[in-house]
Amino acid sequence: MTLTAHNISFLARGRYLLRDISVSLAAGEVLAVLGPNGAGKSTLLKVLAGEHGVADGTVTQNGHDVSKLPALTLAQERAVMPQATSMTFPFAVRDVVALGRSPFRKISTRMHDQTLVERAIALADIGHLADRAYPALSGGEKQRVHLARALVQVWGMDGDHAPVRARFLLLDEPTSGLDVAHQHALLSVARREARQNGVGVLMILHDFNQVTAYADRVAVLQAGEMVAQGAVQDVMTPDLLSTVFKSPIRAIPDPDGGAVLVSQAASG
Amino acid sequence: MVASPWMHIPINRSVMVLMFLALGLLVVTVISLGTGGAPIDLGDVIHHILHRMGLMGTGIEEFDARVLDHLRLPRILRAIVIGAGLGLAGAVMQSLFRNPIADPGIIGVSASAAFGAVAMIVAGHIVLGSYYPVVGPYGVPVAAFAGAVLATGVIRVLSRQDGHTDAAIMLLIGVAINAIAFAGVGVFTYMADDAQLRSLTFWQMGALSGNGPADGPALLIIALGAGYLVSLGTSLNLFLLGEAEARHLGIEVERLKRRATVVTALVVGAAVAVSGIIGFVGLVAPHLVRLVTGPDNRYVLPASAICGAAILTGADAVARIIVLPAELPIGLVTGIVGGPFFLGLLMREKKRRRI
Repeated sequence: MTLTAHNISFLARGRYLLRDISVSLAAGEVLAVLGPNGAGKSTLLKVLAGEHGVADGTVTQNGHDVSKLPALTLAQERAVMPQATSMTFPFAVRDVVALGRSPFRKISTRMHDQTLVERAIALADIGHLADRAYPALSGGEKQRVHLARALVQVWGMDGDHAPVRARFLLLDEPTSGLDVAHQHALLSVARREARQNGVGVLMILHDFNQVTAYADRVAVLQAGEMVAQGAVQDVMTPDLLSTVFKSPIRAIPDPDGGAVLVSQAASG
Repeated sequence: MVASPWMHIPINRSVMVLMFLALGLLVVTVISLGTGGAPIDLGDVIHHILHRMGLMGTGIEEFDARVLDHLRLPRILRAIVIGAGLGLAGAVMQSLFRNPIADPGIIGVSASAAFGAVAMIVAGHIVLGSYYPVVGPYGVPVAAFAGAVLATGVIRVLSRQDGHTDAAIMLLIGVAINAIAFAGVGVFTYMADDAQLRSLTFWQMGALSGNGPADGPALLIIALGAGYLVSLGTSLNLFLLGEAEARHLGIEVERLKRRATVVTALVVGAAVAVSGIIGFVGLVAPHLVRLVTGPDNRYVLPASAICGAAILTGADAVARIIVLPAELPIGLVTGIVGGPFFLGLLMREKKRRRI
């Protein structure tokens, strides 16, 4: 069971933002999407989420065309952590997290929902903010609230148990605005969802070493086209990254094993 | 509606707020029944209500009973239904535009409804020809509705930028639409003869004295529309997160927007057809309610309806006695209170840099 884009193209104002892209996210794996600004990473995520229709190709979620599925069915199998959301109404943080349970409001119980909400709040490290008003939080804190909201959604009705149907978690630049400790905490949470709960996790990342440390596979986009896709160790080479990002990137041996990818400061 | 169990806000407290508001509405209604050119003792009002409910054998004095039955009660019922409709329409618009300063009066929806109504009254027989008598009393509320829908649509389309509604632009577009609609109302009022049209005052400042045979159907439309809008609480909560986020959480966003917009316009249009433009109820009621219940629409929506009803009933009582023996247009009363309230709200939003 997968979330798959089959040869999709996406046009906006007569310009191709995505051209003939095929990518598949399987249950239980972590897929990183990498690419320069404007490569179409967020657009790809939105297309996979069923937010944008496509000009060509299809997107299927667990075998069904997302453009034909009701929004509620999509939401019960897939959660999205967006890049930034503005909300001016002063909902308490805990209530914003609880909104993630709304796709299950007809089938879940209050007890179950509350347990999941409190667990997600602990995982996202926002326990001390839970009763604060959401609009008053900092950017990084808001990001963590949306992580918790996406978690309670992707947990569905099964919680810790293996899901009946595959579920997917799409994270749009989830580490932006977070400090280093919280970046790693978030990435660990995302990977644990894949390993333990069998969730298919797709995340847009910018840090090469986070990709190599946390992802199983990586898809590299450039100018709306897929330039490489595959296992992390095959794709994340200095040559390919230097070409795609138009900036010299080197692999430096890590004394603790493996290599660290570093970009070189611009001269002058 | 039954409170669903997945949110944190303690249900008991919010249900208590709703009951407290309903009690407040009852008190305002009884006081308003006793208020006016011929003051009636509150004891007599309650006596009369109990008598009409069959709980008390003897009635009150004949003259007072007739004043209550034929003058004040219908008027107060109009105030309750229209107040509830306007309060609810304001609350829904604020969620729909994801913006706390939306109000059907401020952004020109009410004025456009009035424009539609006046146009139908003055020019309807020309446009519809021999069909005019067939349309009969429904023509005016339908035209008011069309005006309201058109204005809401124009504001939605013009004030959107990159998927969200910009507050400042929305207000400015509202200024323009208000200007256009009021000019239109003025032109048609000027053209109309006395038999066709109520005064300009009626449309611009509102009145609850009733507007003829179209009132019944229009009030029914408001009540039905309000019932539908109250059921949108959960969906509109998700909408506040953002349109994309609401979709990610399983809401058919386009369908929700379309239905909520049309029904809101229907309610506002019908309200204007009965009572002319009564401003600020849709702004003040939801904001007062949110101070107590917080932003959760499952409570804000029903509470705004009750609060709007209480505000308009109270304002009507003031309008009836403040310049005795004459009567102040109801829109002036709501404007005197609502205008400064709006200004205060703008100052608050400015301080928070949301505009």
